[in-house]
Amino acid sequence: MARPLISVPATAKRGEIVEIKALIAHPMETGYRPGPDGRVLPRDIIRRFVCTYNDVEIFSADLFPAMSANPFIAFTTVAVESGTLTFTWTGDNGFSQSETATITVS
Amino acid sequence: MEIGMEPMTSVTRRQVLLAGAGLLSVLMVRPGRAAPTDMEAAIQAMVGKAEIRPGRVHLEIPPLVENGNAAPLTVTVDSPMTEAEFVKTIAVFNEKNPQPNVAVFHLGPRAGRAQVSTRMRLATSQKVVAIAELSDGTFWSDSADVIVTLAACVEG
Amino acid sequence: MTACAGVARRALGPMVGAALGIAVAAAAEIPVDERRSGFDFMSRALQDMQRDDTLNPGMLWVLEGEELWHRKAGAGNLSCADCHGEATSSMRGVAARYPSYDEETRRPVDLQGRVNFCRTRHQQAPPLAPESQELLALVAYVAHQSRGMAIAPDPDPRLTPFRDRGRRLFHERQGQLNFSCAHCHDDNWGKRLGGSVIPQAHPTGYPIYRLEWQGLGSLQRRLRNCLVGVRAEPYPYDAPEYVDLELFLMDRARGLTVETPAVRP
Ligand code: HEC
Ligand code: HEC
Repeated sequence: MARPLISVPATAKRGEIVEIKALIAHPMETGYRPGPDGRVLPRDIIRRFVCTYNDVEIFSADLFPAMSANPFIAFTTVAVESGTLTFTWTGDNGFSQSETATITVS
Repeated sequence: MEIGMEPMTSVTRRQVLLAGAGLLSVLMVRPGRAAPTDMEAAIQAMVGKAEIRPGRVHLEIPPLVENGNAAPLTVTVDSPMTEAEFVKTIAVFNEKNPQPNVAVFHLGPRAGRAQVSTRMRLATSQKVVAIAELSDGTFWSDSADVIVTLAACVEG
Repeated sequence: MTACAGVARRALGPMVGAALGIAVAAAAEIPVDERRSGFDFMSRALQDMQRDDTLNPGMLWVLEGEELWHRKAGAGNLSCADCHGEATSSMRGVAARYPSYDEETRRPVDLQGRVNFCRTRHQQAPPLAPESQELLALVAYVAHQSRGMAIAPDPDPRLTPFRDRGRRLFHERQGQLNFSCAHCHDDNWGKRLGGSVIPQAHPTGYPIYRLEWQGLGSLQRRLRNCLVGVRAEPYPYDAPEYVDLELFLMDRARGLTVETPAVRP
């Protein structure tokens, strides 16, 4: 499936704490669940999520099979300067997806 | 759980309270205990020999969820989130899924606020534990019990 | 395969009806002022998940549908947008009124059936498989354009016999458990079956993001789950029975608000 769903305020005041939400389509197959043929489906999860703000890492997460399918993560950051937030999800089977959002700080 | 139909108002408050008893006992990593649960082992792997103190961490998760596939949770830690004093890590553990780890969040002073939200799977009714590691090396925790009701018409 | 934890797995004992403890008297229709969306029966947490687009996983499919709307397909190399323009205006209200009458097949067609007709008739493209992510995404995107609008079924009189057939199906006892839809959804809504609250069965939010499915699914998939729940053999996907039932359900939900993409447990 296509694009992740990112929520970042388009504008913020310098020093303001802004909330960031990220939702991505992914089955997060646990590796413990039998498939239609009764055999256990191999694990297929996103293992890591990283957010950078103008190329500086500000938040990351290590994810495990207990995370829900289509994983959702929300966190906060201080709006320090205008620029780009980059979100990257990586995981099993070479999974890698990135999305960016811009923020204007005044 | 009964198969009889009851009015939906009887959400099992009693069960919630019962399950809440003895809530924090699992957090005490008891050295010398023969067979620690998987969750205790996972927590120990995070904190090592350090003491885990109850407090400062607030784990917010509904006491009863209609489906265990996506229980929303928020962890907040009391911290000024300054360069001098901040939360480094927030980890979430569960007691009865096949694996005790849920997620480990890495943050720092630039977060402004020590708060993360996510959604987790609960294979069955169980305890969920959140542990925060602060910049001074101390560990704090909170836990909550969640009751998962059975879905009615499911695909197996 | 599907199974109903509340019914199928446990109620096969000797006293099915008694064990379920539900009234199986003649079904009375739900008065208009008591009609409630399945949304109202959910916990606050799930309601929040549906209400806030940044929390609602169904929005991932809506977003995907928007991309597909503009993607060229088929021998004609046309996108949906090439004919219909911006969905925000051309598709507004469509889901609130569907199913509708199809001149060519002389039968009612639901939204997913209509999208596939456009694929085959207008794009010269193969139809999308039932429950495929592409079809769900397109239908979610189209239906989302009616979010917030009141359900107002198509008054075309040619639909009436089909809607009546849907009404009959709704009241017909089915499956090994010998339950009709009405037994649960007219007579026992608001009560618990296993861990679930029985809703009134209003198709207000389809396709829905169902936590049980961990993904988006159509009304047909939902109905299949209920049929298997009473140990009836579900009709195959795209069977006319589903569209007839859908016509009746939409009429029964008249005036309720379209919620697509709804979240359900
Ligand atoms: C070549 C033009 C053409 C293309 C391309 C096309 N459609 Fe259509 N669409 C029509 C026409 C014409 C109708 C009216 C019904 C009919 O004659 O088939 C229609 C009807 C519809 C309707 C019902 C509207 C109503 O008010 O009842 C929907 C929904 C729809 N199309 C969706 C789509 C989607 C989704 C796509 C892309 C997958 C698409 N269409 C591609 C021509 C097109
Ligand atoms: C044994 C009781 C039972 C019977 C019989 C039954 N259902 Fe259901 N139905 C349920 C339950 C319980 C749910 C909610 C499931 C959940 O939340 O997990 C449901 C959900 C639904 C929904 C979803 C409503 C929403 O808010 O999205 C629809 C539509 C529906 N049923 C239609 C039908 C139809 C049509 C039939 C007959 C073919 C039928 N049901 C038969 C118990 C039943």
